[in-house]
Amino acid sequence: MAGNAEHTNTEVHIPAEEHGAGFPPFDVNTYASQILWLAITFGFFYWIMKNVAVPRIAGILEDRRDRIAGDLSEANRLKEETDAAVAAYEQALAEARNKAHGIAHDTRAKLKADHEVRREKAEAELGEKLQAAEAHIAGIKTEALSQIGDIAGDTTSALVEQLIGKAPTKTDLTKALKSAMN
Amino acid sequence: MANDPIHQFQIQTLFPIEVGGMDFSFTNSSLFMVLTVAAASAFLIFSTSGRGLVPSRVQSISEMAYEFVAGMLRSSAGTEGMRFFPLVFSLFMFVLVANLFGMFPYFFTVTSHIIVTFALAMLVILTVTIYGLMRHGLKFFHLFAPAGVPPVLLLIVAPIEVVSFLSRPVSLSVRLFANMLAGHITLKVFAGFIVSMGAAGVAGAAGAILPLGMTVALTALEFLVAFLQAYVFTVLTCMYLNDALHPSH
Repeated sequence: MAGNAEHTNTEVHIPAEEHGAGFPPFDVNTYASQILWLAITFGFFYWIMKNVAVPRIAGILEDRRDRIAGDLSEANRLKEETDAAVAAYEQALAEARNKAHGIAHDTRAKLKADHEVRREKAEAELGEKLQAAEAHIAGIKTEALSQIGDIAGDTTSALVEQLIGKAPTKTDLTKALKSAMN
Repeated sequence: MANDPIHQFQIQTLFPIEVGGMDFSFTNSSLFMVLTVAAASAFLIFSTSGRGLVPSRVQSISEMAYEFVAGMLRSSAGTEGMRFFPLVFSLFMFVLVANLFGMFPYFFTVTSHIIVTFALAMLVILTVTIYGLMRHGLKFFHLFAPAGVPPVLLLIVAPIEVVSFLSRPVSLSVRLFANMLAGHITLKVFAGFIVSMGAAGVAGAAGAILPLGMTVALTALEFLVAFLQAYVFTVLTCMYLNDALHPSH
C-alpha cells in the first residue's frame, strides 16, 4: 500500500521547474520531499499497525470475547446441572410420596380386611348365641303355652266350682277354653 | 512575519538531501510526519502492552479507536472489507494525530499541505482501483454502469459515474487540506487581532477580548474539525473500498 503512495510521485510531480510564489502548499519544489517522507513515515506506520498494533488490539478484544463467551457457557452448564439436580430431587420426592401413599393404602386395606374378618367372626358368634337364645326362648314359650291350658283349665274349674258349686265337665271345660283362647 | 497567517505553512529544510537534482530534504514537514507516526505508534503499542482483560484507561482509548474504525469499515464494506483494516486504521490514526498535532502552537500541520492529502487520497484510490481490477477483472467497470438503469440512460449515467470516480481523489484530498488550512489561517488571523489591538493602548486591549473569545471558540471548533476530518476521510475511504469489493452497487 505504501508503494501506491510513492507511485503518485510520477503523476503529481510534473511542473517541477515552476516556483510556487508565496503560498507554501502550492510550492511544487517541496512536493518531492513531502511525498518521499510521507511514503517513508506512512509506510513505516502501516507496517507497525499491520504487524504489531492491529493484531495486538484484535487479540485483546478476541480474548475478552472468548473469555465472556466461556464464562457464559460455564454459567449455563452450571445452571443445567442445578436444574438436573432439582429435577432429580423432585422426582425422588414424588417417588417417596407415591411409596408412602402405597404403604398407607396397603396398611389401611390390611387393617380393613382384618377388621372385617373379626367383625364377621364376632357377628357369626353373636348370631349363634342369638339363635341359641331364641331357641331357648321358643322352648320356654312352647312349654309355657302347653302348660297354660292346664293352668287355665284348673283355674276355670276352680272358679266355676266356686261360683256354681259344681265343677264343670272336662269336655265342657276344654270346649270353653278353646273358644276363649282362639 | 510573526503575524503572517501563511507563515505557519512554510516548509523549512532541516537536513538538505538532494538526489539527482531533486530536493528530498528532511524538512519540518518530514519531522512532524515522523513525530506523528512515532506518537501514534507509541501510544497504540504502549497502551496495549498490558493486554488487560479489563482495559486500563489508555488501553480503552486504543480499543475505542480500533472498534470505531472497525465499525465504520464493517458497516460500509462488510466483513470482507476487514482485509483493508490495517490500511484504513493507519489512515485514520495518521490523519487524526497529524491534525491534532497541528493544534499545538508552533507545530507544523502535516495535513495542511495539499500534496500530502492528495498522496493519501491517491493511495486510497489506487488501492481501490488495483484491488478492484485484480479481484473482478473487467467486471470492475460495472462500477460505472449501475444495475437497473435503462441502456439509454446509461449513455448519460456512465460518464457521470466516470467523472465522479475521477474526482474522488481531488475531493477527498481538497476537503481535508482546505479544512486544515482554513482553520489554521482563521485561528492565526484572530490571534493576530489580539496582538495588534493589545498594542493600541488601553481601549484596544479591552477590545481585544472579543477576538480572544473568538480564538478560544475557534480552538474548540478546530479540535472538532481535526477529529471530524479524520473521520470523514476514513468513512469515504471505507465507501470507496466497498466499490472495490462490490463494484456492481
